[in-house]
Amino acid sequence: MSTLQGDLLHTVETGSISAGRRFWGHAALWLSAAWLVASFVLQASHDLGWTEIGFQTWRPVLYAYFIWAVFLCVTRVVIYGESGKKALFVLPAALFVVSMVVFPLLFALWVGFSDWNLASPTGRQFNGIDNLRHMLTDPFYLNALINMVFYTLAIVVEYAIAFGLALLLNQEIVARKFWRVTFLLPLMLSPVAVSWMVGKSMLETRFGPVARLARWLGWENPSFFGDPLTAKITIMLMDAWTFIPFMMIMLLAGLQSLSREVLEAAEVDGATKWQRFWEVIFPLMLPVSVTAVMIRIIFKLKLADIIITVTAGGPGGATDSVTSFIYREYRDRSNVGYGTLLALVYLVIIVVGMTGLMNLADRIVKRMTGRL
Amino acid sequence: MAAIDFDKFARRQRARWWAMRFVVYGLLITWAVVSIFPLFWTVSTSFKTAPDVMKGNMIPWLEFAPSWLGWRSLGLSPEALFQTSTVRDEFMHRLFNSAIISVTASALAVFLGSLAAYGLSRFSYKFGHMRNSDISFFFLSQLIMPPVVLALPFLVLYKQLALLDTYSGLIAVYTLMVLPIVVWIMRDQFATVPVELEEAALVDGLSIWGAFSRIIVPLVLPGMVAAFILALILCWNEYFFAALLTSTNTNTLPVMIASQTGSQGINWWSMAALSTAGILPLVFVGVLLEKHIIAGMTAGAVK
Repeated sequence: MSTLQGDLLHTVETGSISAGRRFWGHAALWLSAAWLVASFVLQASHDLGWTEIGFQTWRPVLYAYFIWAVFLCVTRVVIYGESGKKALFVLPAALFVVSMVVFPLLFALWVGFSDWNLASPTGRQFNGIDNLRHMLTDPFYLNALINMVFYTLAIVVEYAIAFGLALLLNQEIVARKFWRVTFLLPLMLSPVAVSWMVGKSMLETRFGPVARLARWLGWENPSFFGDPLTAKITIMLMDAWTFIPFMMIMLLAGLQSLSREVLEAAEVDGATKWQRFWEVIFPLMLPVSVTAVMIRIIFKLKLADIIITVTAGGPGGATDSVTSFIYREYRDRSNVGYGTLLALVYLVIIVVGMTGLMNLADRIVKRMTGRL
Repeated sequence: MAAIDFDKFARRQRARWWAMRFVVYGLLITWAVVSIFPLFWTVSTSFKTAPDVMKGNMIPWLEFAPSWLGWRSLGLSPEALFQTSTVRDEFMHRLFNSAIISVTASALAVFLGSLAAYGLSRFSYKFGHMRNSDISFFFLSQLIMPPVVLALPFLVLYKQLALLDTYSGLIAVYTLMVLPIVVWIMRDQFATVPVELEEAALVDGLSIWGAFSRIIVPLVLPGMVAAFILALILCWNEYFFAALLTSTNTNTLPVMIASQTGSQGINWWSMAALSTAGILPLVFVGVLLEKHIIAGMTAGAVK
């Protein structure tokens, strides 16, 4: 990684790097790299049964990788001096993410096309596109994907409520800080604890307070996880309860940053409250709204904790999200191969979908703000 | 000049204002109840006995007499506090695990993320064909990655690396999980600091690192605190990776809470006590550091 001209912060190089220093820098880098490669080859051949010597686990290879990474960082400064120091700002984080994401992803591709039961002694068995074929005929995976669409669509309602709450908090009210903290609280709480206390205790059909309320309102036999539709809605409500504060806070920040002059101008021009909202505030809030909704969608696509703890996907997979489905698939059959392939397909769908959505949102924002 | 009944007009205005107030506060109270009630339910259930739970009594002292039953089963009631209790040891162990893992992971993420965000905001990099905006996008795009994609490969890799059920393994995963958020917040923070400050520092003879650690870090400290707290909340509440990658040694609190199913039904009072104990630290964090949390969440959203 080298720096270019055109830095925002210009620095002046002082002195030049001596040839000896550069030599030792390169030497250290290459030696550590050689050690990494050597330990990798040794361990791989041990694993494949080619050689007797080797380690119990791959841990020493990890250490070798770690040492190589540290040498890579240090030698930036040894070899390149000042510009090396600049590289060192980004390099550790980049190395970390690459080794924690890119490498496991490549590994996932290798795992995804195999039949690998962690409990069985036979180990990994390459099975080509069998997993893919299995996936296409798996009604539960399709069902989980469709559920994700419903769960994501629920964000529209969440957004409306969050916007309403943000407008409320933006009024002239006493003890604004108190209300804000109160509204923010659900976001702090652990989803697992919430699932237990809300999902299992408060929604308990005999003594739960929500069931009581439902009975008082005239619902004869309240059951929140009995039939597929109610169960889905209940999960949506619990998830919404946790995450509405998140969107609310972002929208509130947006509302507070609106320029006073524009709002006052609209008022002077005689716009009614309704008009002021739809013609001025809402369009001005569009960029913030898009950011909030996008981040919300990203979090929604990871939805799992509540479902795993409350319904475990039931009844009959009606509340399954993709994550909870794969989790169960692994827990029940401990087949990592199939689960990994499902996850990879999910990732592809998400990336394609999010890219499309972001482009669409971008275009809408441009058109709306261009009109103003 | 036509006589206008100003008084009537003013009266109608005032009535409308009061009606408006009424609606606003009514809605505020409604939503506050929605937000708070589950918390109240959790805390109050932890002081109930079995009949109180079954009858659905809600108001302490009026409808039920608070008892320490739930807390005693956790070993945390006043009289049980000085006796040995295996449940309490277990709980303290999990609490300690949660604390050490989430604090270390958040600190590491803030460290790595701040450095990266600073570098990206000040210097132009070229890595292969990747420029600054690409590198930024590379970091932020990790936010989209659903945990389930990495979970199973991590499980297999960690098994090979003997990292299952270790602190370092879980810390690495959590750091990865919150890093994009830290970069997102810190990028916004560094953009608000004028470059002239560092230029002056460089002229005065500080190196880039010196300028960063002595001039910039103190300035963006509030942002770093915000990022740290947000990361802490996410790590503390994380369940999915913890459930997959830990077994007996480094289980975190959410895993312990999730695994509380007995064969003869659920002891709601002890469950509630456990949930309360797990939730309470974050409620305190939320109430005391609300300003920072909001600062963190709104970073980059409003331009």
